[in-house]
Amino acid sequence: MKSKKKSTVQLTFNDGWSYDPAPESKDHIRLKEQYELFIDGKFVRPESGKYFDTVNPATEKKLASIAEAGDKDVDLAVRAARKSYTGAWGKMPAKERGKYIYRIARILQERARELAVIESMDGGKPIRESRDIDVPLAAAHFFYYAGWADKLPYAVPGQLPTSIGVAGQIIPWNFPLLMAAWKIAPALAAGNTVVLKPAETTSLTALKLAEIIQEADLPPGTVNIITGAGATGAGIVQHAGIDKIAFTGSTEVGKLIQKGLAGTGKRYTLELGGKAANIIFEDAAIDQAVEGIVNGIFFNQGHVCCAGSRLFVQESVMKTVVRKLKDRMETLIVGDPLDKNTDIGAINSRMQLNKIKQYLKIGVNEGGTMYQSACAVPTKGFWCRPTLFTDVSQSSRIVQEEIFGPVLTIQSFRTIEEVIEKANNIPYGLSGGVWTDKGSKIFKVTNQLRAGVIWANTYNKFDPTSPFGGYKESGVGREGGLHGLMPYLQHA
Amino acid sequence: MATTKQNVARNVTTGNGAENSSSRIGVMKTYKLYIDGKFPRTESGRYSIFTDAKGHSIANVCVASRKDFRESVVAARKAQPGWAAASAYNKGQIVYRIAEMLEGRRDQFVAELMHQGLSSAAAELEVNTAVDRLVYYAGWSDKYQQVFSAVNPVASSHFNFSLPEPMGIVAAIAPESNGLAGLVSVIAPAVVGGNTVIVLASEKFPLTAITFAEVLHTSDLPAGVVNILTGTQKELASYFSNHMDVNACIYAGTNQVAMKSMEENAALNVKRPYFYGKTNWLSEDAQSPYRIMDLQETKTTWHPIGQ
Repeated sequence: MKSKKKSTVQLTFNDGWSYDPAPESKDHIRLKEQYELFIDGKFVRPESGKYFDTVNPATEKKLASIAEAGDKDVDLAVRAARKSYTGAWGKMPAKERGKYIYRIARILQERARELAVIESMDGGKPIRESRDIDVPLAAAHFFYYAGWADKLPYAVPGQLPTSIGVAGQIIPWNFPLLMAAWKIAPALAAGNTVVLKPAETTSLTALKLAEIIQEADLPPGTVNIITGAGATGAGIVQHAGIDKIAFTGSTEVGKLIQKGLAGTGKRYTLELGGKAANIIFEDAAIDQAVEGIVNGIFFNQGHVCCAGSRLFVQESVMKTVVRKLKDRMETLIVGDPLDKNTDIGAINSRMQLNKIKQYLKIGVNEGGTMYQSACAVPTKGFWCRPTLFTDVSQSSRIVQEEIFGPVLTIQSFRTIEEVIEKANNIPYGLSGGVWTDKGSKIFKVTNQLRAGVIWANTYNKFDPTSPFGGYKESGVGREGGLHGLMPYLQHA
Repeated sequence: MATTKQNVARNVTTGNGAENSSSRIGVMKTYKLYIDGKFPRTESGRYSIFTDAKGHSIANVCVASRKDFRESVVAARKAQPGWAAASAYNKGQIVYRIAEMLEGRRDQFVAELMHQGLSSAAAELEVNTAVDRLVYYAGWSDKYQQVFSAVNPVASSHFNFSLPEPMGIVAAIAPESNGLAGLVSVIAPAVVGGNTVIVLASEKFPLTAITFAEVLHTSDLPAGVVNILTGTQKELASYFSNHMDVNACIYAGTNQVAMKSMEENAALNVKRPYFYGKTNWLSEDAQSPYRIMDLQETKTTWHPIGQ
């Protein structure tokens, strides 16, 4: 028994209880040895002649070779997108456009099991999350936006909006298929064509999506999916044939893109980093709040731009919350992403693991007290136990900077004014959480948090109808919902 | 020489100085900046002599400095939460009050604009447009939220809604062409949406901008909500876009180099740059709820539905 208080009832999962492995089958997964670029409706070898490996972060084993698109390949993709924009897709009646997008949604649903397994193999996220969140939400996004295609004037009151042209879209590795859906679905519904680049560590589900788009028989060039790393992304951003850039990723890269686009007249939306405050008041339902804290920071290994990475607990309940949180952390299972019991999967890449470890060092060196759960982790692969820091201050680097891992900082507060001040005192403004049973307090706090998505008495909920995006340095524009159409439309 | 200057200055104030041939010495107005609800001189101590079309000096105009801009940002930041928290009805009444005050002083504005080179018809049109534009935006104060918000039908058991909220601080370089209508068209959508503003006046019409500050000052607009600087774009434009506590910047000119530089600077803290250079400020096309929405963020709030 680890509990410090005799009155506390605590389950000890390591004492007589153990979980048998419950791996999701991967027999049905057919991965090719080598993946090509999806340009103009066909899979083509890269003009660059180059390939890179994608590895399973849980085993460090290579899954496949992925084509690396060079400038020439980017150019071919943009030309194909332009051809479809001025041709088949651009001229297609809106209601027909919508039907194609519905098709994509339906095929995604049909192939959900395969996609979920590949997502977990390539990116390291627990199968429970890829199966129940990433893949169904991706399909739901296409289904939602499909219906908008022939209703666009209702989205822009008083205007007759038109499409923009060719959208260049660059997505991150934390929700690979879902982010592709967030980007492609509204772009197509609004009548644009697309060149999309997935992150280099998680290309596979985007390439599977390319197969689905081929199967759905979209006009060639309407969606082009090209793989590669930062240089390929830069090639898309700089290409003169692109009318609009949509980027999801770090604030650092987002600023470079915003600067790089200066003077080009290209439109852009940016979904950048975050460092959300998750605020627990003394009158909150504490057990529910603890679940919310866990979901807020440990969901998807903390690789979430809207993660509730800064916990603020009202002083009177600080001890209770921290104790319950530590107890709960001890029950979290870190390990095989394909195991249905796994709570926290593999860190996406060695690079990201090193970055997290660097921050753990910084936290300790700055005087923070680090606590990690005692669970076992596999020997091979990239892993980080759920971690929390107490004894941190507002100026600590681990409080101010985005870590993008399962690392939580905890600060206390006394008054509403104090916690709002602390929560907002950061360059980011993507999301926030507030936990209290008092309605008027919820509205006071949700009103005053300077962030684009606020979860009250819940956390990390997503829906295609719900706009998502940040204030301040967390980005420009919204994705999802009616508001997520705007960046893909223009009007007088 | 000094006498001429005084007479012209009196003309600016009364609009009918030519008939006033008595020996009374007119009282000249000192044109200063408008920061935090006060009329300070530029901290730099610099001024330029503003001359009319015939080369007669009319008045001295403050040449604002970087420090004046920074102090304006401090004032705007201080005022922003309170202004945003004012009810939509209240904000609408204050913007409408600005229109009332401007209408009441229309002769003065017409005369002053004529001294800055406009024909009588052009000056009238400028003032009429400005008053009407204020009334237009006053009316939006409690409506744009309804038009641009949403209750989102999420698939899970949550109540979910999205609302526009002010971005915060807007730094705007007003149009050169329309000293009053252009100035008002940039300020009104920002302010009615709960933002606070620092605006650099047209270099051609600095006097109008400062006289307009007097209108603002008598309209119950809280101190710091609108701050007006006179000076040169050449010197100040970069500060409008590189200040780290500014959330959005507007450039109403057409200089490509200036636009590119503003966009590059905006990336320092991901501020939102807007370019309104192609607008015809005297046309109704210059007014739109989308100009309000340019300066709004969308906040989405979730709450479970349950017990």
